[in-house]
Amino acid sequence: MSNPVNRGVFSLAKTACEVMRRCRTLGTNIGNTGSTHKLPAGVLMSAQDKAKGFPLPSSVKVVPGTEAAQAAYPYHIQFAPEDDQKFWFYNSMHFPEPMHAFDMVTAEAAYCALGAANTRVHCLPTTLGIDHRIINGRVYIGGNGVTDPAEIERRTVEFQKRAFYYYENWETLYAQWKVKMLKLIDDARALPSPTLPEFEPLEHVHAGRGVASNHDLLVTYQKTIEGYFRMWHHHFEFLLLGYGAYLVFFGFCKKAFPEITDQTIARMVAGIEAEIFRPDEELRGLARRAVELNVDHHFKEGVSADAVLASLSEGGPAGKQWLDSLAKARDPWFNINVGDGFYHYHRGWNDDLSMPFAALPDYMQQVRDGKSLHRDIGKLQEERVQLIADYRELLNSDEERAAYDQMIGLAHRVFPYVEGHKFYCEHWYTNLFFNKIREYGALLSKAGFFPEEADVFNLTHYELESAIIDLMNAWSSGSPPRGPSYWPPIVAQRKAAVAEWAKHDSPPALGPIPDVIDDPAIVMLWGITRESLDNWLTSGDEKNSHEVRGFAASMGVVEGTARIVKSVDEISRLQRGDILVCQVTNPTWAPIFQRISAAVSDIGGSMSHAAIVAREYGLPAVVGTGNATSKIKDGQRIRVDGGRGVVTLL
Amino acid sequence: MTANESISWFADIGLEDRPRVGGKGGSLGELTRAGIEVPPGFVVCTAAFDRFIDALEQRAPVRSRIEVLDSQDLDAIGVVSRELRARIEAESMPDELQREILQAHARLAVAGVAPIVAVRSSATTEDAADASFAGLQDTFLWVMQPEDVLARIRSCWASLYSVESVSYRRKQNFPEAGVAMAVVVQVMVDARTAGVMFTRSPTTGDKSVITIEGAWGLGSAVVGGEVTPDRWVVGKITGEIPVRDISDKAIRHAPAPGGGIVDVEVEPDQRTAACLSDDELLALRAVGRKVERHYGRAQDIEWAIDRHSGRVMLLQSRPETVWSNKDTAPVVTPKADPRMHVMSIFGGIK
Repeated sequence: MSNPVNRGVFSLAKTACEVMRRCRTLGTNIGNTGSTHKLPAGVLMSAQDKAKGFPLPSSVKVVPGTEAAQAAYPYHIQFAPEDDQKFWFYNSMHFPEPMHAFDMVTAEAAYCALGAANTRVHCLPTTLGIDHRIINGRVYIGGNGVTDPAEIERRTVEFQKRAFYYYENWETLYAQWKVKMLKLIDDARALPSPTLPEFEPLEHVHAGRGVASNHDLLVTYQKTIEGYFRMWHHHFEFLLLGYGAYLVFFGFCKKAFPEITDQTIARMVAGIEAEIFRPDEELRGLARRAVELNVDHHFKEGVSADAVLASLSEGGPAGKQWLDSLAKARDPWFNINVGDGFYHYHRGWNDDLSMPFAALPDYMQQVRDGKSLHRDIGKLQEERVQLIADYRELLNSDEERAAYDQMIGLAHRVFPYVEGHKFYCEHWYTNLFFNKIREYGALLSKAGFFPEEADVFNLTHYELESAIIDLMNAWSSGSPPRGPSYWPPIVAQRKAAVAEWAKHDSPPALGPIPDVIDDPAIVMLWGITRESLDNWLTSGDEKNSHEVRGFAASMGVVEGTARIVKSVDEISRLQRGDILVCQVTNPTWAPIFQRISAAVSDIGGSMSHAAIVAREYGLPAVVGTGNATSKIKDGQRIRVDGGRGVVTLL
Repeated sequence: MTANESISWFADIGLEDRPRVGGKGGSLGELTRAGIEVPPGFVVCTAAFDRFIDALEQRAPVRSRIEVLDSQDLDAIGVVSRELRARIEAESMPDELQREILQAHARLAVAGVAPIVAVRSSATTEDAADASFAGLQDTFLWVMQPEDVLARIRSCWASLYSVESVSYRRKQNFPEAGVAMAVVVQVMVDARTAGVMFTRSPTTGDKSVITIEGAWGLGSAVVGGEVTPDRWVVGKITGEIPVRDISDKAIRHAPAPGGGIVDVEVEPDQRTAACLSDDELLALRAVGRKVERHYGRAQDIEWAIDRHSGRVMLLQSRPETVWSNKDTAPVVTPKADPRMHVMSIFGGIK
């Protein structure tokens, strides 16, 4: 199957005449859908709707009983009547689960930064930023394309002054980026834990510090929020430019070699020593080390990480040596979380060793079986050079080869950032951020604001600031805080709402279907094109009922038992040889890839890290199916054809 | 090798010998010399054909009968064609020629076992009108007896005098003196699986993939379109196999007990089983790349996997013509400023 991302790229270069031919004016008269009355957050569209398009935002109702929780989200991200004019899609790639009130900060900060980069910093000629809305805990987003030719021209002039400077000075700017990012990480690590002593420490008083400890609570909180918004600006400083340069090469390859697989293009460009591989490599190294030190018998399936650590520390010098190696690997490489870092409950390996430790017994067995878990970097590099040269040779002319050299040169230049930023931003920094908020959760829960530390994530970041100020005031006035009588019922209500929302599917998209999607940001980041929307609309049809289609992400054909994993907590349900079916595949689940036989996801492109990890493990993967988790039943036998992007229900 | 030799062994000939060994013979010789595994065999060259026709002419005219025909007069062509074909099939070869052919055939025996061969016509014209020569299609498989080999060679020769072939020559006004045909005699591969392979995509022209089609048994079932073959796309460079279309292969071509081939029903559990393993696909890819590199252009190849040795054998290779003849405008041209390439993504350039 050809790749929608690729077709999307071509759609950018479509002639006006072709656009006209493909034009399908669906208008805005889609009307309310009957089915949404039955299932308020429902995705079940009638046949009539399918023929026409997606439900309008105004037709999607808040699940009864969750209205208050819905109202807690900021006013500016609630759907309004005028939003019916616009096309929205459910960003299940980044936000596959209903959002807790606090976690919405990720959407706010990320879109704030993404839009700034596109609209104002690099001035992308054909697109501005992205609007986001939330309903029933689900994040919908919509792009703002620029279509006026004069405006495109004006922005093009700006773009070339700005973005071209970045392309020209990429290495220098990226080196500078790393310094900036590590400084931001250091700053976040240096932030103190929030505490309120009974009396101000004497040394503060004698030093004439002049601000009391309750003020530190606010400062640290505001720095934490500020740092998170700043991190997202760093995140998007290069991202779109990087993806764009990669897609230029990708599109060229698809034209010059119409049947080239996406994974081959990725192999020509991908870094071999990218940061994202490091955590798993460290884990393999630890497995080798344990076998060398003869302490591997401490690791057994079903034994908790804490129990293993305890028996190792009593295990004499060898056990100690292994624990030293572990400590070295943990900082920074275990600063990786088990999700995409967008949810507070995607804990890092450092916070919960059960994920990395679950993978260790298997790795150790492989070491004992004489398998080398070592990635031969030199060999991989040689192979890449050869691959690039071999494809180059097949081109038709020296002119084409010169263009190929230019484009792959650009792609190689940008790719270290495209691959590398995720570790620093989505993982390391995000872990620090949510852990700091957890510290506030612990403080507030101790003060009686809510029962559990993690309950803090049921407050928006605005509300959390007010709760902190409540506590600051109480500490200063000597009166009890108001929070303990105010927050508990609200927290309970919101927890119930998130649980309720998780039971309801959401429409993949809302509003009138655009004639073409030529917003490069949407195409690049979400792989969404007009074709993939058509796919979503027809995916429920009878003739396709035994098939789910997506991007061919990693080749191979495997039959097995489907295991639907909707959240990280369910990972332990995966049995050896199961096929992972999830909303979004995630590279930080890498260690579980040795357990599974194939992976299928609702959302994700073939250049997603998930696809790359699947290829590393040689597992078939089909990503971006739109609806695999709802169409495939848990325990069902399925066949995954990762070379064609087809999942067959058996 | 001399121009008037009647028998030439594959190892001694190449593409340059096509005027006297025909396209098929020249190609098999070329492959053999390039070190590619081809079932052993020889060519009964055009000189042999000339010797045979000359002998016929001494008894009754042949070439002059054709040269007086009107290309429009299909009835007359039909009468002469029937008569000449009957003579060619019925009359024996000059003794010396017959002995040479039978000796060559005997040399194909392995460990005293009489060879089983394919007898295939090998046309000497390479122009696009080849397809008009009915003789091009004549191939006789699983020929067991020496006397049958001689008869099949005469059948190949006779095909030059088919109505289609004769009327085409008359239309073009070709002199009959220059008309000749070579015939390939080659050891049959008892194929477990056979098929075709294109070293560039027949559907998109992509030069980075090899398309392989195959089915159980002899390749004639695939070439003749009697079975829907399994189909794979293999990365020429990467060796990955992104496409695997395994079809329901109801029949296979198998040797008939007394010679020739018969349709055999495929065992139920084999019908939808892949007829090639990944290792075999990769072995085919390696051979395909080698042949392509040898010729310097994309190839259309017939192959078989020997049932007993499991080895890949090539039965035929000819240049791919459909895509090679298409105009290839560069996909993208280099830019003075390489950064300008990104405008195709960001610039809204239509």
